[in-house]
Amino acid sequence: MSPSLPTPELPRLRLGYIPLTDAAPLVVALENGHFEHYGLDVSLSRQPSWATLRDKLGIGHLDGAHLLAPMALACSLGVEGVPQRLVTALSLGLGGNAITVADNLYRDMQAAADGQPVTAQALASVIARRRAAGADPLTFATVYPTSNHTYLLRYWLAAAGIDPDRDLRLIVVPPPQMVQRLKQGDIYGYCVGEPWNTLAVRDGIGCIVAAGHDVWNNAPEKVLAVGAAWAQRYPATHMALICAIVEAARWLDESPENRLRAAHLLAGETYLNLPVEVIAASLSGRLTVDQRGTQRELTDFHVFYRYAANFPWRSHALWMLRQMVRWGQLPADADLLAAAHATYRPDIYRLAAARLGVAPPAVDMKAEGGHRCAWKLGEGNAAVALGPDRFIDGAVFDPADVGAKIAH
Amino acid sequence: MLVDDDLERRALVAAALDGAGLAVVAELGTADGLLRAVAACTPDVVIIDLESPDRDILENMRCLSRDNPHPVVMFATSSDSEAIREAIEAGVSAYVVDGLSPGRVHSVVEVAVARFRQYASLQRELAEARTSLAQRKLIDRAKGILMERGRRTESEAYHALRKLAMDQNKTIADIAQGVIDTAELFK
Repeated sequence: MSPSLPTPELPRLRLGYIPLTDAAPLVVALENGHFEHYGLDVSLSRQPSWATLRDKLGIGHLDGAHLLAPMALACSLGVEGVPQRLVTALSLGLGGNAITVADNLYRDMQAAADGQPVTAQALASVIARRRAAGADPLTFATVYPTSNHTYLLRYWLAAAGIDPDRDLRLIVVPPPQMVQRLKQGDIYGYCVGEPWNTLAVRDGIGCIVAAGHDVWNNAPEKVLAVGAAWAQRYPATHMALICAIVEAARWLDESPENRLRAAHLLAGETYLNLPVEVIAASLSGRLTVDQRGTQRELTDFHVFYRYAANFPWRSHALWMLRQMVRWGQLPADADLLAAAHATYRPDIYRLAAARLGVAPPAVDMKAEGGHRCAWKLGEGNAAVALGPDRFIDGAVFDPADVGAKIAH
Repeated sequence: MLVDDDLERRALVAAALDGAGLAVVAELGTADGLLRAVAACTPDVVIIDLESPDRDILENMRCLSRDNPHPVVMFATSSDSEAIREAIEAGVSAYVVDGLSPGRVHSVVEVAVARFRQYASLQRELAEARTSLAQRKLIDRAKGILMERGRRTESEAYHALRKLAMDQNKTIADIAQGVIDTAELFK
């Protein structure tokens, strides 16, 4: 155990996760012994639904969880049933999502694109044609109302002039059920985390039309969420947990070989119970996107450690909160800044980073959308390398403007 | 409306709700058709297994409640969080349609919680069986006293006990104990 850290008050922990590739940092931390190294005896508990995960966290059946970042915020605001104060001091990574459509819809979109790349514009044409013919609106799915999947899909649609509430029907389907629902024709498309996009392509029923990265480069995704009271009661345990997971994330981004080893771990029966190649696709950044075998190289598909991926940016929190207001989940006069401050705890992350010798960003917020390439925040030795953060519509989100306009 | 893929447990809960005078309008094993079923039955309460992946679908309906004439909402406000806690711990999550009084929901959940607990813990069930045996003995003794002194038939004696229990909001065993105690005094 690391000598520089106080002994965890609660050495035995139970963490919840949903079967997704981006649960990798938790699985790696357990399987590679990072938890053990920090004096923690962790068990991972696979959960059937996000609501279940949230409720078990709320009543203390789970000590912490791999949670949708917006869900952690929504819980604290009481958007989600019983208000429960959750905090996060650790982002589990950037990216990891994609938008998939049914094969038949993809063919219609291809026809509408007329030789040009198949984008949401093509979907807009298909929708217009269907409406003219008097057909029902298409049904799309996301994994949860307060998820980045919902916000990325809505952003992608809205950027092409599609009104997600009028032109489409959006429903919720749990990730492991997506492919089956697409096959049954209940839905025409969805936005979900991997491997549930690659699986649809492999099964010959869907095509990946956009990666989450295309909508927002290096968008935040899951966080490690714990109860606010829990964090206060067990600070040394929380610290050890963060350190162990950051070490696992670092290992994940160290080499392609490590990514492949992670794919093997995740593929196991206890975790995702799927073929290794399906999980390896997005982890290696090489996705097969359609039935003709077209490949896309996306080295930033999953980012676990690079670009300060573990830092809980309050500007990320504000963007998500703004999406909640934009799509009517939160009243326009909600105190977004207070919610972002209460739930996102970069101060705790910085303490862990100091123990690990990792240089954290010196600020809690940054403007999002202004960088097409990797860039550096700060000067000299204190500079932190960050990734591109461009939005599909070229917009810039300035957290200082929150409340000024609810356009993006 | 009841959603649970475990047939046995579903039957237990359904029986419990029925016993509490609450009609189960639909029983579903999976969410296949959950949306349609909710629209068709407009249930007051949907009780769904905590471990069901379909809970997310139900929660989505709650989120969409603003546009829905029959909104599905989670009943708990922060003051009810203890009830929710109990429900979740017992493997129950309860959702209600607007306009249902919290008192009634509470009793629904309480009954369901009791049933889930009974199902979940074999030990507890065993203990309960033992208690009920002891209670039966009490009731039998009380019935005997009533039959002897009040010249009632067995059925009349039992109904008298049950009516008193309902009127006083006590269990039949409690009333039976009272009858026995009183009889002791007049010996």
